[in-house]
Amino acid sequence: MPPDTRAPRRPLLENISLWRLRRYLRPYVGKLVFIWLAAIVGISASIALPLVGERVVDGPVRDGDSRALLLLGSLALGLGVLEALLIFLRRWAQIGPVLGLETRIRDDLYAQLQRLPMRFHGEWQSGQLLSRATTDLSTIRRFLGFGMLFLVMNILQLITVTVLLLNMYWPLGVLVAVSAVPIVLLSMRFEKRYIRISRQVQDEQGDLATLVEESAIGIRTIKAFGRRHHVFERYDEAARRLYGTSMEKVRLSARFFTFLEVIPNVTLAMVLLLGALAVGQGSLTLGALFAFTTLVLQLVWPIASLGYILAMAQEAMTAADRVLEVLDTVPEITGGRGRIERPRGHLRFEGVEFRFPGADRPVLHDLWLEVRPGETVAVVGATGSGKTTLTALVPRLLDVTGGRVTIDGHDVRDLELPELRSIVATAFEEPTLFSMSVRENLTMGRLDATEEEVDDAIRTAQAMFVYDLPWGLDTRIGEQGMSLSGGQRQRLALARAVLSRPRILVLDDTLSALDVETEALVEAALREVLREATGIVVAHRASTVLLADKVALLAGGTITHVGRHHDLLAEVPEYRQLLAQDADLDPSEGALR
Amino acid sequence: MTSATTGWRGVASEDQDELPDKVSGLLRARSRRLLGDLLAPHRKGIMVLTAVIIASSGAGLAIPYLVKVGIDAGIPPMLRGEGTGTLLTVVGVILAAAAAQALTRQAFLKMSGRIGHQILLELRRRVFDHFQRLSLSFHEKYTSGRVISRLTSDIEAIAELLQAGFDGLVTAVLTMAGTAVLLLVLDVELGLVALVPLPILLLFTRWFRRQSAIVYRRTRETVALVIVHFVESMTGMRAVQAFRREPRNQEIFERLNDDYRQANARSMRLIAVFMPGIKLIGNLTVAAVLFYGGWLAFHGEVTVGVLTAFLLYLRGFYEPMQEISQFYNTLQSASAALEKLSGVLEEEPAVPEPRAPRPLPQARGEVRFEDVRFAYVESMPILPGLDLAIPAGQSVALVGSTGAGKTTLAKLISRFYDPTAGRVLLDGADLQELDEPTLRRAVVMVTQENFLFNGTVLDNIMFGRPGATERQVREAAQAIGAHDFIASLPDGYHTDVGKQGGRMSAGQRQLVAFARAFLADPAVLILDEATSSLDVPSERLVQRALRTILADRTALIIAHRLSTVEIADRVLVMERGEIVEDGPPDRLVAADGRFAGLHRAWLESLS
Ligand SMILES: Nc1ncnc2c1ncn2[C@@H]1O[C@H](COP(=O)(O)OP(=O)(O)OP(=O)(O)O)[C@@H](O)[C@H]1O
Ligand SMILES: Nc1ncnc2c1ncn2[C@@H]1O[C@H](COP(=O)(O)OP(=O)(O)OP(=O)(O)O)[C@@H](O)[C@H]1O
Ligand SMILES: [Mg+2]
Ligand SMILES: [Mg+2]
Repeated sequence: MPPDTRAPRRPLLENISLWRLRRYLRPYVGKLVFIWLAAIVGISASIALPLVGERVVDGPVRDGDSRALLLLGSLALGLGVLEALLIFLRRWAQIGPVLGLETRIRDDLYAQLQRLPMRFHGEWQSGQLLSRATTDLSTIRRFLGFGMLFLVMNILQLITVTVLLLNMYWPLGVLVAVSAVPIVLLSMRFEKRYIRISRQVQDEQGDLATLVEESAIGIRTIKAFGRRHHVFERYDEAARRLYGTSMEKVRLSARFFTFLEVIPNVTLAMVLLLGALAVGQGSLTLGALFAFTTLVLQLVWPIASLGYILAMAQEAMTAADRVLEVLDTVPEITGGRGRIERPRGHLRFEGVEFRFPGADRPVLHDLWLEVRPGETVAVVGATGSGKTTLTALVPRLLDVTGGRVTIDGHDVRDLELPELRSIVATAFEEPTLFSMSVRENLTMGRLDATEEEVDDAIRTAQAMFVYDLPWGLDTRIGEQGMSLSGGQRQRLALARAVLSRPRILVLDDTLSALDVETEALVEAALREVLREATGIVVAHRASTVLLADKVALLAGGTITHVGRHHDLLAEVPEYRQLLAQDADLDPSEGALR
Repeated sequence: MTSATTGWRGVASEDQDELPDKVSGLLRARSRRLLGDLLAPHRKGIMVLTAVIIASSGAGLAIPYLVKVGIDAGIPPMLRGEGTGTLLTVVGVILAAAAAQALTRQAFLKMSGRIGHQILLELRRRVFDHFQRLSLSFHEKYTSGRVISRLTSDIEAIAELLQAGFDGLVTAVLTMAGTAVLLLVLDVELGLVALVPLPILLLFTRWFRRQSAIVYRRTRETVALVIVHFVESMTGMRAVQAFRREPRNQEIFERLNDDYRQANARSMRLIAVFMPGIKLIGNLTVAAVLFYGGWLAFHGEVTVGVLTAFLLYLRGFYEPMQEISQFYNTLQSASAALEKLSGVLEEEPAVPEPRAPRPLPQARGEVRFEDVRFAYVESMPILPGLDLAIPAGQSVALVGSTGAGKTTLAKLISRFYDPTAGRVLLDGADLQELDEPTLRRAVVMVTQENFLFNGTVLDNIMFGRPGATERQVREAAQAIGAHDFIASLPDGYHTDVGKQGGRMSAGQRQLVAFARAFLADPAVLILDEATSSLDVPSERLVQRALRTILADRTALIIAHRLSTVEIADRVLVMERGEIVEDGPPDRLVAADGRFAGLHRAWLESLS
């Protein structure tokens, strides 16, 4: 759960959020001016058209002037065509800016998400991120594309008509102007509540997306336990919650919208009443009252539709707020400036401490470890002792909270990130593959790898099965590699790490899903690779530990012993406990040995 | 293939980007059917709704008329000094009409909102449930991103229609119909002239519908691809960053995003033509009526008054067309979405539920394979023909080199897939004859990938048996030796495991998954590499627990660490989908075959 998604924001800030997105419109300033001009002229044309009609009837037709009829008729025709043309031009011109804005924000959002560190991704549900990248962006697009235009047009029309009314007969004009007061007051109150509730709806939509994602990715587990109903109930509960909130929103806006329709109608009745009285007193002519009411009638629709447009505006604001929440997050892990000319891969952990945010004790503390260039160290520790965490500190997937990690004497935080991550490659304990071609999965770390290098890596990882896939290296593997067997996935991930030819190769328990024979083959090949590179090998099994020149025992959050496997086995009881299969085994359990 | 942005996806057996598109006529029929189905329970509500909106529009349209009446009929008597009675009555009626309009309108908004959201809720529930019913083979092709896009962006397209559409449509249609009648009543000839463009309008609309059906389908497909890529990169962000794939990913994403932009642009261009087109037809009609009406008026065939009224009402006829075309536009977008959703809903599970399920009150756990053949892809058989009988209560270890087909065999017992030929039987009943609850109660599999759900450790273990008490959960954890680590977590059993279990270490996830399966207490327990990420002491604890756990149930244990095999009564060695050795462990070791070799290698690896 992202920590602060539900934190209420001040409306003022939200206004700024949407405003801050204006820079995405900057490349289109010319077009935008054109759009607004077209809109204004188009609306003028649509207002002029009926006037011309009336003129025709009142003038030429009454007088039997056929030439004037032809003339004015042609004018009406021209205006009609012009209006349609302007609408066409406006809509056509809008496409570029509106979609450009949406597309570019989405690109930027994606880029930002790729920059944000693993810690961020561990906290934020992808559903929430996705709903920002899709739903929220289209809300913004719709408002900036159409809503805003209408909002401004409506307000302009309201002001113009009100000014006209004030000019015509000020007492009634004031009455009409005063009727705007409850509208403004109520709009403000409505806005506050609407912002809260539309934010809630958007967040709940994100939650729903998260549940959907989970149910799709976890489908095997759900099926394995036959928990379809259980999962459905969770989803149903969230969907009903969303329904409830949406209904609250419907009720709120229904009240507001109808209120906006009542006010001008009541005003109209008052104008009629007071206007009639004024006519009675002789301070207003009947014709003027007629004109006055006709104008007031014109106000009804712009005011009534204001509700809908304001709601749209508020949704766009909360959407902008949600998008900026991500865009504004400052990546805590950013690269330094340093480069290492010829990295040798001399890795040192110097008094490293690591604490997960919010945890009361550190996972790692006072951790010292040195791995010389070309040397391989095995990290051995109990389940959950912090081995994976330790390896994540080197490529800065996580950052130390104390001490430092250095490569060839450079603090990893001083190095450029791409540089650092090309020095270190990790084969993760979970293979983490993508539904793309085998080749693309393999060459992730080195796009320019030659065919031979790819072959070599495949051979090292004993992943020759890829050649037997229906389209060889071009076969697309299923989502997260799921169309492969467990051991196949792992070997592919291993080949990927090997292929990027890192100075420092990290293997996080990457042989666990292999059968003994394959494991032996892989180990033999890896020995070659590790001769040249610095290696960190996380291992639970003695066989894997033997890949390393020395072993570091991770216990209680720090490295307690470093030494050779056999020495540690002989001298350190904890180590024996962890690695020796036959340690404290009662005879019945050793039946097979 | 690594060139630019094309080959990266690779080739798959069929390009299952979308469900196979059948004849487009069929598609529309099927989404219509779905729509009818969704609307059916609300038939009464919709009728009431229509009545309410007619009342509301009536009141709304009456107000301008009443104002005119007020001026025409209310003021003269007042000026004549006959009192303000008429005027006050009219003002009163206006206020009443305004109140009536407000009330009916509010009722309408609330009611239509409720119906709309109920339909959405129902659609969400149906599609979600159906996705959960569909078999694994479907999900493997369809991918989670596409599931998500169906349940988010497609549903939203429909939501937009339900929220914004109906209201405007009804008012517009009412106004138009009313006006058309009025026009004809005023003057038949002129009225017909005014209505001449109607067929053109219909043709134009048909053109738009044809075009937009294609365009909006494309929009839905491209947005799905954006979502798929987005979701997958977020899920695999660790690898993305560690292997510096960001630039390449960005390139791909921007390309997909641009495809989506282009699809959107096409639909917007279509609207940019359609909407002003309608406007143009309307305006041309006004001009035509002006000319023709003027000409008629010259010749005294219509009165000036009629012509004035005509022009006034004509606007009322073509103005709502805008509203209708706007509605039409959302409708097209929604129907493209509906088409996708109805396609999903019509997809039959490849592993169907039996029509007449066979009861199996108390599974004993005898598993039999009868000449079972299986292939994921037709051309590549994984199991060429398997016969195997596992008596109830037996613990069987399944070993063999990676990719041999062990997991596949296990998945067949769990009926993730149905065999291509042959039968899998549980207690003599073909799995295809058992309904899902029965089968799942009897058979539970701990998969090679330990998926944890968002929530606490407790929630996750309880997933194995939703009704379990916290004490039973604790006991399950204790039994397999996971209790100690769980208790030491910050909030014990109530610790949040994080997004997809991200706050647990790999081994801890495995222990939780194991506890979950243990709590489910099935007759047949399948463990697929369930201890591969554990350290040796934890593994040993689990094994010790297994001895008691497995005493009275059938078990299939797949493991590469032969330590696990020690607790088995029987070992199966699998190579290339065939069982090559079968027997008690000690006999196989002595027999000096494949297993003996594996065992020797394993012993050596322990040194
Ligand atoms: N994101 C996180 N937030 C909080 N705690 C975490 C997080 N990730 C891991 N931990 C905790 O940190 C500890 C170390 O985890 P780590 O994954 O490094 O263990 P490990 O040694 O790799 O274990 P294994 O052998 O099971 O893979 C564990 O106790 C785990 O619960
Ligand atoms: N969903 C799938 N679609 C297509 N092919 C698959 C799928 N799952 C597995 N395969 C293929 O079927 C073969 C057998 O896979 P399976 O997972 O049964 O192997 P396994 O014996 O469990 O191996 P491991 O020990 O590595 O887990 C492999 O070649 C694999 O590539
Ligand atoms: Mg780990
Ligand atoms: Mg397997």
